[in-house]
Amino acid sequence: MYDIIIIGAGVVGGLIARELSAYDLNICIVEKEHDVAMGASGANSGIVHAGYDAKPGTLKAKLNVLGSSLMPKVARELGVKYQNNGSMVIGFSEDDRIVLEGLLKRGLQNGVKDLRIVEQDELRELEPALSKDVLCALLAPTGSIICPYELTIAAIGNAMDNGAHLELDFPVEKIKKTEEGYEVISGEKSLQAKYVINAAGVYGDDIAAMAGDDSFSIHPRRGEYILLDRECGNLISHTIFRTPGKMGKGILITPTVDGNLLVGPTAVDIEDKDNTETTQEGLHYIMSQARENVPDIPFGKTITSFCGLRSVGNTGDFIIKASDTGWINVSAIESPGLSASPAIALYAIDLLKEQGLNLVKKESYDPIREPQHKFHEASMEEKNEMIKKNPAYGKIVCRCETVSEGEILDAIRRNPKARDLDGVKRRTRAQMGRCQGGFCSAQIIELLAREWNIPYDKVTKSGGDSYINIGRTKEV
Amino acid sequence: MRDLIIIGGGPAGMSAAVAAYESGIRDILILEREDSLGGILKQCIHNGFGLHKFGEELTGPEYAWKYEEQVKALGIEYQLNTMVLQITKDKLVTASNEEQGIFEVQAKAIILAMGCRERPKGALNIAGTRPAGIYSAGTAQKMVNSKGYLPGKEVVILGSGDIGLIMARRMTLEGAKVKAVCELMPYSGGLARNIQQCLKDFDIPLLLEHTVVKVHGKSRVSGVTIAKVDEHRKPIEGSERYITCDTLLLSVGLIPENELSKGAGIALDPVTGGAVVDENRQTTAEGIFACGNVLHVHDLVDFVSGEAEIAGKSAAAYLMGNLESTRNISIKTDGKIRYTVPEKITGAQDVTMFFRVSNIYRNVNINVYSGENLLFSKKKQRVAPGEMESLLLKKELLENVSELRFELEVQS
Repeated sequence: MYDIIIIGAGVVGGLIARELSAYDLNICIVEKEHDVAMGASGANSGIVHAGYDAKPGTLKAKLNVLGSSLMPKVARELGVKYQNNGSMVIGFSEDDRIVLEGLLKRGLQNGVKDLRIVEQDELRELEPALSKDVLCALLAPTGSIICPYELTIAAIGNAMDNGAHLELDFPVEKIKKTEEGYEVISGEKSLQAKYVINAAGVYGDDIAAMAGDDSFSIHPRRGEYILLDRECGNLISHTIFRTPGKMGKGILITPTVDGNLLVGPTAVDIEDKDNTETTQEGLHYIMSQARENVPDIPFGKTITSFCGLRSVGNTGDFIIKASDTGWINVSAIESPGLSASPAIALYAIDLLKEQGLNLVKKESYDPIREPQHKFHEASMEEKNEMIKKNPAYGKIVCRCETVSEGEILDAIRRNPKARDLDGVKRRTRAQMGRCQGGFCSAQIIELLAREWNIPYDKVTKSGGDSYINIGRTKEV
Repeated sequence: MRDLIIIGGGPAGMSAAVAAYESGIRDILILEREDSLGGILKQCIHNGFGLHKFGEELTGPEYAWKYEEQVKALGIEYQLNTMVLQITKDKLVTASNEEQGIFEVQAKAIILAMGCRERPKGALNIAGTRPAGIYSAGTAQKMVNSKGYLPGKEVVILGSGDIGLIMARRMTLEGAKVKAVCELMPYSGGLARNIQQCLKDFDIPLLLEHTVVKVHGKSRVSGVTIAKVDEHRKPIEGSERYITCDTLLLSVGLIPENELSKGAGIALDPVTGGAVVDENRQTTAEGIFACGNVLHVHDLVDFVSGEAEIAGKSAAAYLMGNLESTRNISIKTDGKIRYTVPEKITGAQDVTMFFRVSNIYRNVNINVYSGENLLFSKKKQRVAPGEMESLLLKKELLENVSELRFELEVQS
């Protein structure tokens, strides 16, 4: 019997688990996939929004501004890369300027600091690569970037280091109300808890319905992205948005914390909650839109394209509330969900308290997680000290991103343990460079097979039936 | 301080090392990132190597072994499992391995022999899902030949580069069904002999002017949609066709691996992706030479060895103070000829010029001009992008010349 089960190992579930792991509680995170951060948390823009977007008075506005202000500390404690690069919303016409002035006003109401409109000359100096047609921009110096899956992995890793359990490959199929709380069932497996937090992302409404709450609905909004080589990360320094129109916020262009250039997302409402296909139309749309803002984006240096699904609720705001005794929905966390996530975690814990959860601080709680990129960013002297203790750090496996065997073994051995090729990629960046694993994947498969003690051909790309090889030659 | 450091212990690196040794250099160090010498040849277990160099047909490992034996017999020093992280223009090499950690070695001369890598799927921006079962041809080759595992049973190959053609045959021999090889261009970029021996002999269809427009399958590839392309290489609507398969192999080009060169500020040729060199294979950084597929992608390893010998001898001459580089004759091409290697010459010696054309042309004259003067002309019945061409420029022709222009004249 757990005190709390959190359904969904995304950034929201992860940060809630981490906050709760500071208390004397028995916590379990359940996740339907083979790894954490497999939904929207693994595929979004990675922007910590300044907070001028959301309508004042909404949960989105309140939690965005608070979450953004908490993010630097969270990132520091969890050893996650975070960069305050500033963002700007660019306008091409006097009509756009009116919209930007409206955003400025809204931002001031929401409590966003240092917002201002910048004009031509200053704009060119800040971002020389912008189109000549850009007239003015709303500059938000507090806008920042973070790696969303790194944050999720670190939050869950830290929660686990502080005693939380993680159940992967656990798609929740049934919820039963019990005398003491809830029974959460997946196939033959069943777990019980006094409290449940529903952080199931795009499936949040389905999970709530299993517990008898059909008060809200979620639909997926597809967002396709194109990721470019690290060579291109310097093209711009700010995150560049377009003036929002009827079609939403449009295509943004941003450097990532790892130095790549990220362009996207599209915004298309769909039915299928599992459909993360990219489309020719989507990719073409991204390229043509982005070129209007920054003409010289070298799309020939594309490393990969991907697609994530945002959870869009039917209320227009985040849906964070208790629906029954001991059951909290944390749902419809679309943009600015990542920015708000540290504040969402605190808000959800307040709701748990209202539900009668008794919180006793745990003395052993350690909020600090050693950064995954510690070796990568160490000085040459520090690196040599680490190699002396563990020679595997001296052996480079991924040549494009210079990732050592030691770092890959860390990713496989520490919480939450990488179990497949994509898991190693998200944790270490091995296979994420310009050869996309062409050289190193065969070697990483070997490390995964050895560490997990499974045959070479049972190693997967991302769990399930995603086998890399189908068997030994001459035998299949 | 070392006289000569060679980065990469594949066919280019080993051949350069042997040539430098034979030219009198003794203090040589080869740095190799993998756990044995041989480079990509280790996984090329098919035959066809060595016809030009040794007059016999060898497998890749056999060809590599001939050089490895020489390296060992001459006592040339090499370090395995050692990755070079950085080089500077002043020839300071930073490398990493398990025993020494991250260490620096100063060299008097460097030969770059890092080879090339395959162009990945990302650059193609193919729509659809991102399941397991999509590999570059070389990765599949490594799994099958080096690790002994089969990536899949029903295969579509995109791109008809030589590794793709070789893998079409290899997968077939291992019991897989290769359903199609799709090539975006109207011609294959592979060698004619590979089209015959790897596709035609096995009845594997080569679909020219076709591409893959969509990948299907959740966890593992379940099929691909292919389409015919128009003259702008854009898919033609309505020509789409679905092919069931569990594997998509990519053979869509090779890229010289020049991150180290870029870091040292060495000028690169945007067409080859390799360093700009003179006929000594010296880069724009004095005392740093380049050879093999890191310089430009070769058709045959025999030619890689030949080029590496030039680099090895030149590095030796440089170390002994005998390298002449008095003049600087630049070379221009007309577009039908995509590039030449070397990109510039000194005029001090006879030079074999290597070059590739941009399309298939028949009945051509390859003309070399200095201003309006036609210095040299050579007839060819057929030239193709997949086959590297060469011609010999005699030293006598180059007197009083400051610039050369290579043009392809197509006879109507």
